[in-house]
Parts: sequence; structure tokens; C-alpha cells
Amino acid sequence: MILTADHVAKAYGNGLGATLAIKDLSFEVRDREFFCIVGPSGCGKTTLLKCISGLLQVTSGEVLLDGRRVTAPPEQMAVVFQEYGRSLFPWMRVDQNVRFPLQRKRLPRDKVESLVSDALAAVGLSDFARHYPWQLSGGMQQRVAIARALAYEPEILVMDEPFASVDAQTRADLEDLLLSVWKRFHVTILFVTHDIDEAVYMGDRILVLTPRPTVLEQMVAVDLPRPRDQIKTKELPEFAHLRALVYRSIKKAPTAP
Amino acid sequence: MRRVRDLLLQLVVPAGILVGWGLWSAQAQNFFFPPLTDILASFRDNWLFARVSSDVVPSLERMLAGYAIAVVAGTVFGLLIGSFRIVRWAAGPPVEFLRAIPPPVLIPFAILTFGIGPQFKVFVIAAGCVWPVLLNAIDGVRGIDPTLQETARVYRIPRLRQLFSVVLPAASPRIFAGMRTALSLALILMVISEMEASTNGIGFFILQSQRSFAIPDMWSGMLLLGLLGFTLNAGFVELERRLLRWHRGAQASALEAAA
Amino acid sequence: MAGIAGVAVPLVLLEALSRFEVLPSREFPPVSVWLLVLFQQLPAPSFWSNVLLTLEGWAAGLALAALIAVPSGIVIGSSRRAYQMLRLPIEFLRPIPSVALIPLAVLMFGTRFPNKLFLVTFACIWPLLFQAIYGVQDVDPVAVDTARAFGFGRLQRLALVVLPSATPYIATGLRLASSVALILAVTSELVVGVPGLGSAINIAASGGDFPLMYALIAVAGLLGVSLNSIFTQVEGRALRWHPSQRSEAAA
Repeated sequence: MILTADHVAKAYGNGLGATLAIKDLSFEVRDREFFCIVGPSGCGKTTLLKCISGLLQVTSGEVLLDGRRVTAPPEQMAVVFQEYGRSLFPWMRVDQNVRFPLQRKRLPRDKVESLVSDALAAVGLSDFARHYPWQLSGGMQQRVAIARALAYEPEILVMDEPFASVDAQTRADLEDLLLSVWKRFHVTILFVTHDIDEAVYMGDRILVLTPRPTVLEQMVAVDLPRPRDQIKTKELPEFAHLRALVYRSIKKAPTAP
Repeated sequence: MRRVRDLLLQLVVPAGILVGWGLWSAQAQNFFFPPLTDILASFRDNWLFARVSSDVVPSLERMLAGYAIAVVAGTVFGLLIGSFRIVRWAAGPPVEFLRAIPPPVLIPFAILTFGIGPQFKVFVIAAGCVWPVLLNAIDGVRGIDPTLQETARVYRIPRLRQLFSVVLPAASPRIFAGMRTALSLALILMVISEMEASTNGIGFFILQSQRSFAIPDMWSGMLLLGLLGFTLNAGFVELERRLLRWHRGAQASALEAAA
Repeated sequence: MAGIAGVAVPLVLLEALSRFEVLPSREFPPVSVWLLVLFQQLPAPSFWSNVLLTLEGWAAGLALAALIAVPSGIVIGSSRRAYQMLRLPIEFLRPIPSVALIPLAVLMFGTRFPNKLFLVTFACIWPLLFQAIYGVQDVDPVAVDTARAFGFGRLQRLALVVLPSATPYIATGLRLASSVALILAVTSELVVGVPGLGSAINIAASGGDFPLMYALIAVAGLLGVSLNSIFTQVEGRALRWHPSQRSEAAA
């Protein structure tokens, strides 16, 4: 399962007034990789994500998933948004929310139920299946969104700054949870974040973007050993080195002409 | 102690009004305002339960039939108009015009079309009540959080399915607000259409009583209407409270998060 | 463009249905016929006197209701005790359909203008009263406390903080009450026979002059649209600065 971006460009508007959000971006995400994307604010990370997930059409170039062009949300992809509160359906309970995308797949009833309960167990929310999302804390709601994506059995999981809206403590827990889930479910993860520490901690490779009009600034390989640990990994000199590398890369990226 | 005082405060004015009215009307010898006791006696004679099947039931049947039609039509068209921009552009001007026609004005037209019977009343009620539901449904659809819709899109939920399982529930709080307005409007239009042309019904009864100068009867009918209006509204509020529990919870937690 | 099509297409369809007798053309005269009648009415003084009579009831009732309801609403909204004491009675009186009072109004006020005025006023008091109460209650307590901290007295706070904050609500109330007023004015004309558009429609219908009936119904609709748009604009102005911008569907 390979995701390829081939000279992707995205502009808003037409003619002279057009804003070029993404100028030219090419990269490849390998099978079962944990692929992070970072960049300064306003560099079009979210735009890129929407193009990759088929929510927006690219202006030129193409996005390929397993060799096929992405023009609409692909079957094998699941997306987790930053605003968990607004992506979960408030009139459904937690288990109903997780089950919802599966109804389209026409699977036998017991298969659906086992997918739902496995996903909830994987994120540690089995006891909250019959709660409503708004009865849960922010971190728990985001876990529901992740469970929903997992139950869907995607091949690639695309996440748009999913932990940006939770507090630091919860964020660390969620990061570790995501890493364990990634290992268990053998998915490819495309993870967009503005948090450099997070990207280095979690990723196999990091794509650093420039501000608008966005191009590739640098691709950084993260050689840190797995499994990662919040304390031990971050104590390694290699971690600090990579962190500084990415930070400098972002700072160096020239501002828009 | 405070709760008792609050309760007393709330009851003192209504109690005072009733007692005052009772005392005043008993001695006033005013033809238009008979003694409260006469009115209550007449109420008991008429509505407990002599005239229930001959007048109350037909009235309620018409009202509920017209209301049901209005709710279904208003919701369905509201969902369509709210979801598709082309439909909104096309439907905008006619809706603006039709909704501004005061519904009573349609009564002569309705009688012309349906004759004097229950149908024209149902038509008038439906024609008047559809607008609050429709407009609120449109607003409800327009106001749906884009993130919800994007979520449905990334999970490739088919458009039609989205309409029922995402758009409708998300818009339902607004639709309920419209349904509440429409309910009191339904009662009003039922009474008006019965006063205009009918052979039975509560509205008809009140007008007949006035014309034959059976004043206590007239008042008893008015009292019944007040009770009906109050009960229907209270019942609806309770129903809304139960069905929309999720909405209040979600709003409350959103407010907390924003704080 | 689509909007014009939205109006034109149904009209053309109705015209065709009537001309081809799919709908009986006596009860459903072609659109062109009653449109013509409408234009023929325009120079007629009787037509305008009917329109004015309806508007007269609408305006007088609305103004009287505002005069009664807005100050009362402000007072009730400002005082927690008053609100508690009056809440039950007004919540009980509120769902009473004002049309239930029609027979009483006939007895007390006859079948002329005072009848219409009574009904319109009574019906309009409720939306205005409740909107005024909500408006006052919804004032940001921080704003009020700020004024208090700067030493403003009760009356000053009312005039400088509470009233401006409540104005959008009152503007909404006026818009809601305006359509209620038109409905009740026309109803009293229709049911009781007080002179105005409503009674003219009735007369046309019972006299078999159906083109005139449709023409007058359309006029009532146009009246409703114009009044509604005026008040929507007023409300929009009043709401312009207000942070709570919600779109309100008309009652």
C-alpha cells in the first residue's frame, strides 16, 4: 500500500487573484510507515491533507493510492480530524459512532460487532461504549474518533493534528496509544502536526514543508529505536539532534516572496 | 425555606387573579363577564365529558391531521432546499411570497376548492403550519457543522444515506423549534377555520354560544381552548426534552470547552 | 435567474392548467385573468381604502402592543422577583389562541375597528413581552458589573447597558409581532366582517367573483412580504453589532 504525491499543486481562486497554497510537492509514503508532516503555520498542511484524502481536488499533479488517482475519498483511507468534538455525531452513543461507517460495508452483523468492540478495547474505552461523546473528556473523544477509524479497517490512516486540542499530559498518553495501535493493526499512518517533538517521537520519516507557496523543504529520516518511550527515547542525544535539525529546517525555510 | 418562599411567590399572583376574578364577577352583574362559578359550572356541563366526542375530537383530529402534513412536508422540503444550492435559489422567491400570505386569507380559497367540510380546515392548517417547520429545517441544514459533513464524506457515506442519518438528526433541534411554533399556529388556524364555516368543533361552539348569547358557555369554550393550548405546549416541551437530550448535553459541554 | 424561474414556472404551469380546464376555470381562473383584475384594482379608491383599513388595524394594534409590552417586559425582566411572580400567569396566558377571544371581542367591541384593534393588540403583546424579557435577561452580567463598578446607578445602567443590549431582541419581537398583527387584522375582517382586505376577500368569494378573490389574496401576500422585509431590515440593523448572530426563521 503506497501513497504517492506527484508534483501536487493547489491554488484557490482563479486568474490573477489566485492564491497558490501548494506549489509543487512530490513524495512517497511507504507501506506501514509512520510518516509525519510538519511545517510552519499557514504552510498549507491542512490543504495538503484535504487533497490527499480526496476532499479537495488538486489543481495540477496527482495523488496516487496504490497506483490509482485519488479524486474522492478512497475506500482504504480513514481520516481523523483535529476537532474531535465536531466530527463525532452528538446524537449517537460512542459505540454507534464507531459502528456508523461500517454500515456501508455490508459485513455480517457479528463481524461488525467484533470490529467495534476490538477497536474500543484497543483505545481503552470498552467501558464507555454506551456513553455519549459529550459526556467524555476531550482526550477520550479523540480516542473514540481513532477507534472509529480503526474499526473501519483502513490501510492508511490520515490524521490532521489530532492531538493539538488536548492538554500535554493527555497528548503523551494519546501518542503512545497511537503507536501501539499502529503496531497492532499494521496500518500506514500519515500524521500532520505542528509539534516538532511529537513528529520526531512518533515518526519513521518527517516531511518538512515550507511556508506558502509550499514545496518540500527537507525529508528527515528518524533512526531512533522502537519501541519509543516518552522518557528514554527523549533522553537520547539522537533525539535532541533530530529535533534541532527539524527545527532549524523550519526556521530556515524562506518566508513567502 | 427558600424553595417554599419561591413557590409561594409563583403562586400568589395566579391565586390572586382567580380569587379576584371570582369575587368581582359574582357581584358585578356584568353581562359579558358572568360569575366565575357559572363559567365553571358550564365548563363541567359541556366539557366533562358531554361534548368531547361531538366537538373536541373532531377539532383535534383536524388539527393533528393538518399539523402532521405540515411537519412532514416542511421537513422533507426543508432538507431538500437546505441541502442543494440550486433548489434554494429556485425556491427562494416563491417561498418568501407564499409564506407571507396570512393563512386565514386562504380560507375562502380553501372552501372553494374543498367545499365545506373537514378537508378545507386540514388544508388551511397545513398551509399555515408548514412555513415555521420549513424555514427552521432550512436553517437547521445550513447550520450543520462542516466537520460533521466532511466526516461523512471521508467515510464515503452515500449522499442519500447522509440525508437521513446525518443531516436530519443534526438539523432536528431547529426542526423541533419550528414544530413548536407550528403547534400553536395549528390551534389558532383550527379555531379560525371552524369559526368561519363549520358544523361542529370547539371554535364553532364558541361562536355559536356568542351568537345565541349563551355567555357562560362561550367562556367555558374559551377556557377549554386555553387549557388545550397550555397542555399541548407543555406536552410538546416534554417530548422535545426527551428526544433532544443529546443536544442539550452537547451544547453544555461545548460551552464548557469554550470557557 | 433561478429565482425568477422559481416564480415564473409555477405561474405558467397554473395558467396552462386553468386554460386547458385541467383545473376548472371558474374556481381556478387563469393567472393572467386575475393578474389583470389586480391591475384594474389599482386605480380604484375602494381597493386602497380596504388596504389602508387593514394597515390601520395592523399599525395601531402593533404600536399599542409595543407601548404596553416593551416597558412591562423590561420591568419584569429586570426584577427577579417580578419575573418569578408573573411567570406562571403569563406562561399560562401565552398559549391561549388570541382568536379564542373573537366572540368576546364581538360582544364587547362590536364589529368595527375597535374589535380589530383589540384582537391585534392582544395577540401582539405576547411575542413583544417575551422578547423584551429575554432581551433584558440575556444582558451580559459582566457588562452590567463593569458599569456598576464605575459607579453607574440603576437607572443609568438600564439606559446605557441593558437597553442597547436588549434592542436586537426587541427588534426580533417587532418582526414576529408584525406578522402576527397582519394575521389577526385580516382574521377579524374575515370572520367578523370588520371592513378591510379580509372582508373584501369574503365578499368577492361569496359573490362568485373569483378572479377578484385571488387578486386580493395575492395583495395580502404582497403586503405580508413588504412588511416582513421592512422589519427584517430593521432587525438586521439592530443586530449588526450584536455578537449573537443567529438566523431566526419567522414565527
